[in-house]
Amino acid sequence: MENPLPDKVPFWLDPKKRAIIFQILVLGMVALLAYYLVSNTVVNLKRQNIATGLSFLNKESSFEIGESLIPYSAASSYGRALIVGALNTLKVAFLGVVLTSILGTIIGVARLSSNWLVSKLAAIYIEVMQDIPVLLQLFFWYAIFYESLPSPRQALCPVSGLFLCNRGVAFTVPEAHPAHKYMVLALLVGCGVVYLVRRWAKQRQEKTGQFFPVFRVGIGIIIGLPLVVWLAFGTPMKMDVPKLVGFNFKGGITVSPEFIALLLGLILYTAAFVAEVVRAGIQSVSKGQREAAMSIGLRPPLVLNLVILPQALRVIIPPLTSQMLNLTKNSSLAVAIGYPDFVSVANTTINQTGQAVEGVALIMVVYLIFSLSTSAFMNWYNKRVALVER
Amino acid sequence: MEEAIQRTQIEEVKPPITSVGVIGWARNNLFNGWFNSILTLVTLFFLGKTVPPLLRWAFVNSAWNTTGQGCREAAGACWSIISTNFRFIIFGFFPYEQQWRPLLAMMILFGLLFYSRDRNHWKKPLGYAWIVGLFTMGLLMKGGLFGLISVESTQWGGLPLTLLLSVFGLTAAYPLGIILALGRQSKLPALKVLCILYIELIRGVPLISLLFMSSIIFPLFLPEGITFNKILRAQVAIILFTAAYIAEVVRGGLQGMSRGQYEAAESMGLNYYLTMRLVILPQALKIVIPPTVSILISAFKDTSLVVIIALFDLLKTTQSVLSNPEWMGFSREAYIFIAILYFLGCFSMSNYSRKLERELSTED
Repeated sequence: MENPLPDKVPFWLDPKKRAIIFQILVLGMVALLAYYLVSNTVVNLKRQNIATGLSFLNKESSFEIGESLIPYSAASSYGRALIVGALNTLKVAFLGVVLTSILGTIIGVARLSSNWLVSKLAAIYIEVMQDIPVLLQLFFWYAIFYESLPSPRQALCPVSGLFLCNRGVAFTVPEAHPAHKYMVLALLVGCGVVYLVRRWAKQRQEKTGQFFPVFRVGIGIIIGLPLVVWLAFGTPMKMDVPKLVGFNFKGGITVSPEFIALLLGLILYTAAFVAEVVRAGIQSVSKGQREAAMSIGLRPPLVLNLVILPQALRVIIPPLTSQMLNLTKNSSLAVAIGYPDFVSVANTTINQTGQAVEGVALIMVVYLIFSLSTSAFMNWYNKRVALVER
Repeated sequence: MEEAIQRTQIEEVKPPITSVGVIGWARNNLFNGWFNSILTLVTLFFLGKTVPPLLRWAFVNSAWNTTGQGCREAAGACWSIISTNFRFIIFGFFPYEQQWRPLLAMMILFGLLFYSRDRNHWKKPLGYAWIVGLFTMGLLMKGGLFGLISVESTQWGGLPLTLLLSVFGLTAAYPLGIILALGRQSKLPALKVLCILYIELIRGVPLISLLFMSSIIFPLFLPEGITFNKILRAQVAIILFTAAYIAEVVRGGLQGMSRGQYEAAESMGLNYYLTMRLVILPQALKIVIPPTVSILISAFKDTSLVVIIALFDLLKTTQSVLSNPEWMGFSREAYIFIAILYFLGCFSMSNYSRKLERELSTED
């Protein structure tokens, strides 16, 4: 037996060795490029006398931020300013995600409606909104707010206690009262109780087959507990009505036009995409599933709850997640209309300290944390609802 | 047996008038069931309340060709802001007498796009035509040759800039995206890790952070004395960003290929490059046409973000008209006009992708 191959294959003809050499070359090139860029940057920073490092985070920021969820003043540090910005981003993203899901679902269902008029209107909405840049939409809503609404003195008052003007929307809220704290607590306790009841009901149904109306009881507990607390505190009814003082409204809650324009633009834009996702999800459940469920005698709400939704959600969740991440990333456009979100605050910080590298790196890290944590959560959820095949 | 079959012809009965024609259609599509009837009536009521005033605002009471003062007196929309400032909005600060050049460049672009619509024209000469066309467009914009006056790129603006950023962004991002997707699917661990890192990093951050990077940090990356102009830097940011998204779409297509395709190509003795070029990519790219077009559409829309780093694209020229005291307060009309332009661009793209999808589908 003679080996047809020569004993030693030259290394450039051996695929394994060739692969290793190729990878070393690529890595080397990337490393060289990185070294080149970093060394240039270091030289340039030194030449321009720009400080490096994150020590600027502790310095006094000396700029005001229009709206903040935590106490903040110009005397606070840059670090605190950035936290304020991040919280503002989270605020708009959270509200945006919730409202977009609702509006998107409504439009997606309307698109599938058997009513010709409603279905066509939904189709037009989806097509138009998807084809206009979100930045343009933000500018548009901001301009509507700023140019069409009167000054605070002539504020519009469509419902008593609600004022619309070009400084924002002011609305009435219940006056602060110690009862509120306990009501929130009662609400949380209620949610916990409902969760336990649901588990118990499910176990009982599996054992005995007896059905327990979890939904109705749950709603009762969640609304009832805070209501009981409210009654126990003697039904505090005092309202905090906004009043015109000088050039602006005092009291109540005032929402800035920037925030409203940003929220409105993001919701209306993203809802068009969510509607398409919802439509595709519902259409993916075949007609036979509904018919089968009805033929075994399930009532329509149960058909939806036990048969249609679990299957539709499996298709809907992954693209829905990416739409929600898009909404969060698009909220960075706040910088264009002056809402103090994270990017906007970081931009001001960059302009004041000149530490652009750290500033942009911070922006990227914060958004990466948002994105990665959301996708990690969604992957976990996705695995839970995924089809378990035999 | 014969008797059982009726011999005489029964007179054909027409369906009742309420189930055919307009009435039948309305009954079936608008008023089937009480819920739909109420829905239709409520919708019609709202349309009746909103559409006529809107039409009156837009067409009847509007001012089409007056000054800013005349607009303020008119009750409706002020389209004069567009007609008076049309050339600035479209061309930006490009020298006034030279504006035929960007116009010609755009016409070449539209002509090429229109000619490329038909798949029968996708042959080698078309590729050459595109190369020549892109070169001519660049020459027309830049000038400095054949007696054309040189125009600095800082003076480029408006619609040509938007189109430039989109067209060059997309043509450069597409091959880069394919390379990244191939890298991510590669068997070489170092390449794979690099590509995954790049794609996930870029997809996790907003475009605006890359634009900031291009406008503020990029100059720091280069040795002293070497500068790139701002448009090119923004262009690079857009390319790097779009490529990551295209890579993910192409990866979807690559994963859709069955192993048999690779094995068949390998058994014919094709090497990696030929396998990809002749067997895998033509099929993979075809099945991802619809998602690719939606990436292209969002990239086209995303070029509007360069406003934030103060490039004079279509949106920015409009805004600078709006900051003129004479035209202050007419943002709605101006933004609606821009929205229509963007809508036309995106809508024709998505329509074309639907058409292409139908043509390319191999199953009947």
